[in-house]
Amino acid sequence: MRKILNRVALALSAFALSLAFAGGPKAAAKPFIILQSTTSTANSGLYDHILPLFTQKTGIEVRVVAVGTGQAIKNAQNGDGDVLLVHAKVAEEKFVAEGYGVKRSDVMYNDFLIVGPPADPAKISGLKSAPAALAKIASAKALFASRGDNSGTHKKELQLWKAAGINPAGASGTWYRETGSGMGATLNAAIGMNAYTLSDRGTWISFRNRGDFKIHVQGGEELFNQYGVILVNREKHARVKAKEGQAFIDWILSAEGQKAIAAYRLGGQQLFFPNAGENGG
Amino acid sequence: MSDFSSAFSKAFYLLISGDAALMEIIMLSLQVSLSAVVFATLIGLPLGSILAVGRFPGRGAVAAGVNALMGLPPVVVGLAVYMLLSNAGPLSVLELLYTPTALIIAQTLLVTPIIAALARQAAEDLLEEYDEQLRSLGSSTLQTISTLIWDGRYRLLTAILAGFGRAIAEVGAVMIVGGNINHVTRTMTTAIALETSKGDLALALALGIILLGIAFAVNAALMSLRGTAERAAHA
Repeated sequence: MRKILNRVALALSAFALSLAFAGGPKAAAKPFIILQSTTSTANSGLYDHILPLFTQKTGIEVRVVAVGTGQAIKNAQNGDGDVLLVHAKVAEEKFVAEGYGVKRSDVMYNDFLIVGPPADPAKISGLKSAPAALAKIASAKALFASRGDNSGTHKKELQLWKAAGINPAGASGTWYRETGSGMGATLNAAIGMNAYTLSDRGTWISFRNRGDFKIHVQGGEELFNQYGVILVNREKHARVKAKEGQAFIDWILSAEGQKAIAAYRLGGQQLFFPNAGENGG
Repeated sequence: MSDFSSAFSKAFYLLISGDAALMEIIMLSLQVSLSAVVFATLIGLPLGSILAVGRFPGRGAVAAGVNALMGLPPVVVGLAVYMLLSNAGPLSVLELLYTPTALIIAQTLLVTPIIAALARQAAEDLLEEYDEQLRSLGSSTLQTISTLIWDGRYRLLTAILAGFGRAIAEVGAVMIVGGNINHVTRTMTTAIALETSKGDLALALALGIILLGIAFAVNAALMSLRGTAERAAHA
């Protein structure tokens, strides 16, 4: 009986180990790049739509790591990615200036929205100015869910508070709630506690748990949301796949890549608007 | 919450339709967690037995240390493995970050203390029963350890299953070292986290139900194996 049990255990281990090593070589056979990007682009389904087109054309697979912009930039600084596609222009320019990135180019844009409960306790609905809306939320002490995670959306939110002349940090834990998590998790939290929050339009449209929440503020110039793409600098990390990474950047900035971005729609709405080269960058 | 009922029907539908993406994710989860458990067993059983049998200075401290490591937060293990495997880290030359192997490494680190600590306890209990007998036979330490592992194999199975439970259920480590890359490092738990963040709570819960089913199947398979072996041994 010992023998049988031994054999079964051995077979089970062999199965597990053979699987363990089967993963590596199969994955390595095809050229690929790692794209460090944001949850807002990945969760909206944009990459599922455009990346197969690129892979079909070039044979290069794109592996997307979707994290907050802050973490994506940190990962890219560590050399753990070939291309960075995020939305925090100031941080992106710093990344390039410090030599971690080769060059930054505009790719596409959409906009941010202030969403909140239908009852609109701070009476912000229809306001054009986002800072004015935040000021009303603060004075009403209405609940506001902040990403609090150093992401592109969080950076934008902090800019808007600054423009409103308010420092919400002091109210953290009272009406100002920092979730420290991604856009989707923060939307779930905001809906769970009836709080306002700032979301990018892509995530909002593709989000499935909106409940009865509504868009209260949109369209103001301050809510513009620009995405940029950067090749990670090979001089900092020799393992960066510069050739394949550049091929991806060339494609996404080309007429073909830009058209693919514009063609992505969800529920009849366009989520991202290509604007490569329009601002000379 | 209509999400609950819709989650059950979604889980059922996903399973019977044999959804290819789901099957891929299930296979990867099993591959990673079973491999991690095999490695952790290979390290943990001998380590636990040595701690039970060996008499050396600092043994108590090491045993307490191993026990404490059972509480290692997965996200900390993930962060440590990320920093080791990162291109800015000391093991960058291995090029393992964002691969299934990185997931196996992280889970092995997470599971080894559990298996070692539970194995130590099982072996210690058994040693109390066997001590005189082993001594009268003049067994060497190595013989003692192999006797304890063999005779305690059913108790050790529980230790191994506890380790598997930890591995298949954790999300913090695989998220960081794997990056939740579609078709490459997406496991059941990171897929659940992803669907939750997309607001598709019913699908997330459906995947959770399936994950629970997989854990149940693995446990049932190993327990029935034990039952069969025990019956045969007594026959």
